[in-house]
Amino acid sequence: MEPLVTLKATAAPLRLANVNTDQLFPARFIKKPRAVGYAQYLFHDIRRNGASELDQNFSLNQARFSDAKVIVAGANFGSGSSREGAVYALYDAGFRALFAPSFGEIFASNCLKNGILTAKLDQPTIDAIQSLLLSSDDASVIVDINSETLTLPSGESISLTLDPFQKHCLINGLNEIDLSLEFHDAISAFEATYRQQYPWISS
Amino acid sequence: MSATLFEKIWTNHVVTDRDDESLIYVDRVLLQENSFHAFDKIRREQRSVRNPAQAFAFSDHYVPTRNRELGLGGITDPEIRNMVELIASDTDAYGIELFGIGHDYQGILHVVGPEYGITQPGLVIAGADSHTSTHGALGAYAFGIGSSEVAHVLATQTLWRSKPRTLQITVTGERQPGVSSKDLILYLIRTIGSGGAVGYAVEYTGDTIEQLSIEARMTVCNMSIEAGARAGLIAPDEKTFDYMRGKPLIPTGSAWDQAMQHWQTLKTDDQATFDRDVRIDATAIVPQVTWGTNPEMVVDVTGTIPDPAKENDLERRARMERALEYMGLQPDQSIQSIPLDRVFIGSCTNSRLEDLRIAARVMDGQTCRLPTMIVPGSEQVKRAAEAEGLHQIFENAGAEWLAPGCSMCVAINGDKLGPGERAASTSNRNFEGRQGQGGRTHLVSPAMAAAAAITGQFDNISNYSEARSWNL
Repeated sequence: MEPLVTLKATAAPLRLANVNTDQLFPARFIKKPRAVGYAQYLFHDIRRNGASELDQNFSLNQARFSDAKVIVAGANFGSGSSREGAVYALYDAGFRALFAPSFGEIFASNCLKNGILTAKLDQPTIDAIQSLLLSSDDASVIVDINSETLTLPSGESISLTLDPFQKHCLINGLNEIDLSLEFHDAISAFEATYRQQYPWISS
Repeated sequence: MSATLFEKIWTNHVVTDRDDESLIYVDRVLLQENSFHAFDKIRREQRSVRNPAQAFAFSDHYVPTRNRELGLGGITDPEIRNMVELIASDTDAYGIELFGIGHDYQGILHVVGPEYGITQPGLVIAGADSHTSTHGALGAYAFGIGSSEVAHVLATQTLWRSKPRTLQITVTGERQPGVSSKDLILYLIRTIGSGGAVGYAVEYTGDTIEQLSIEARMTVCNMSIEAGARAGLIAPDEKTFDYMRGKPLIPTGSAWDQAMQHWQTLKTDDQATFDRDVRIDATAIVPQVTWGTNPEMVVDVTGTIPDPAKENDLERRARMERALEYMGLQPDQSIQSIPLDRVFIGSCTNSRLEDLRIAARVMDGQTCRLPTMIVPGSEQVKRAAEAEGLHQIFENAGAEWLAPGCSMCVAINGDKLGPGERAASTSNRNFEGRQGQGGRTHLVSPAMAAAAAITGQFDNISNYSEARSWNL
């Protein structure tokens, strides 16, 4: 996994709540192998809004946000299915940090496994950032994981609250399986006791 | 010290703690065709599968519902066929049991898990599907995970988790005739919102929940994720134990007795408290219908489409307008005046024997006005329904009786709505494009869907004189 320590990039506002994983990555594309690149499927239907052409009202279709690596979204972003393809599509399209009042839980777990930051900010803060991004010429922000800050184009710095485990995994680009295998002996000891206590589960 | 049901299961499974996360032991992991990314990761990183016997795989999302007797040969789309073949070769390579086409217990993972005895009280069950919350109906802590976490469980038999907060949802009072557990959970999501339970492990309590059958409880727990909760639990009781007895993986003899001693401790202690409480009065609930593109967009069957102009929150108003445009509906239009095109009865939410029995009672001796697909949740459900002659009732009414799978709930096996087609569906998500690009979904209970098949529109089934005898 790519470490994520600091990121200076364009942030795109997405003024929608409850954006679900079917909108992020429609189910009919799940069967595609990752090697084809999932960026082409990101927001595939919602960014066209039923037409074949891209909808210019959809912020991510606008030229000024074309190189965005950050999304500032509405509440409950990534709700719905467990499909990790939704996160692969974001990753393949270059996104590394997401801000919203809340996230779908499975989606947020999937993001962390792929080195994408999900950070919660309250609704008024999200509203203010979105307005700023839409109204100013400069939409570039700085995300700093160590200092837990998001610096806006205006120079204002907003503090983030990251959980220590998330921070540790992102900064070190940690492959969690390697981390967990360090606990191999503890897992084996737990398992032996557990199987003795609840023998019907594994027999 | 007193503890909730969830806390008891959690404590029992903590291997170690680090910062604010715990390494949790996972008893069972459930896989489906879309788990191919997880197997790719295992291969790429040259990992081994720690305990193949604790993994169970299912062919359900991509299997065809027609021409099943042709096996793989019945799948004409090469990409879909590849998915069904991949799960077979991946599970074969790692020695994992597959409930595939032709297996006596093939079916939707959340239907087969309980009926095969994979699901038991007190277990931690992680599944490659968000509706893994279903298994909480038997008192398990069960939740959906993505591919990376599936690979993590396969390699380590554990997962890192921060402990969720606890939410008790207490449902009390006698339901009106025709009001099913589907209506309860739709009403709940309407009440607390589709993000209303994010961050919580939910426990459902109260006399209304206790009164529900195990299958009906599965419908409630299944849609916990539609309220944002990764897991929803119901404490096991005599109904749970009766349900489990005799299932293939359920212990027998002295092992059953030993298990029972443990299972009977799996309930929230009297003195235990939850981080949050929500109370629902079941007596007030009538049959529910979704009108929009999110499971919180729900109204009574006797109601009308809400008017965005009356919504003060601008963001919410915009979402309502967008939903109405997608759904092709007008503000203030009555629910019962919406003309429907198709009916789908199936999915991990509502495809079990009791669901099909109710649908059959509504359709018995009637003729469907709408093209109607009935997809049993598993091979076992299909056989049991056929033994009772339910399939004949459906076929005599003109409905299609199909082979088990997820089918048009997620619309990736070839079963789907066309653009603009409007369906009454017993599934769990009404998202844009969920049942086919441009397709329009109204989520309802099996009885409501069956009535819609007959009348061509939504009917208030609470008024049906026979609804009192449905034993929902």
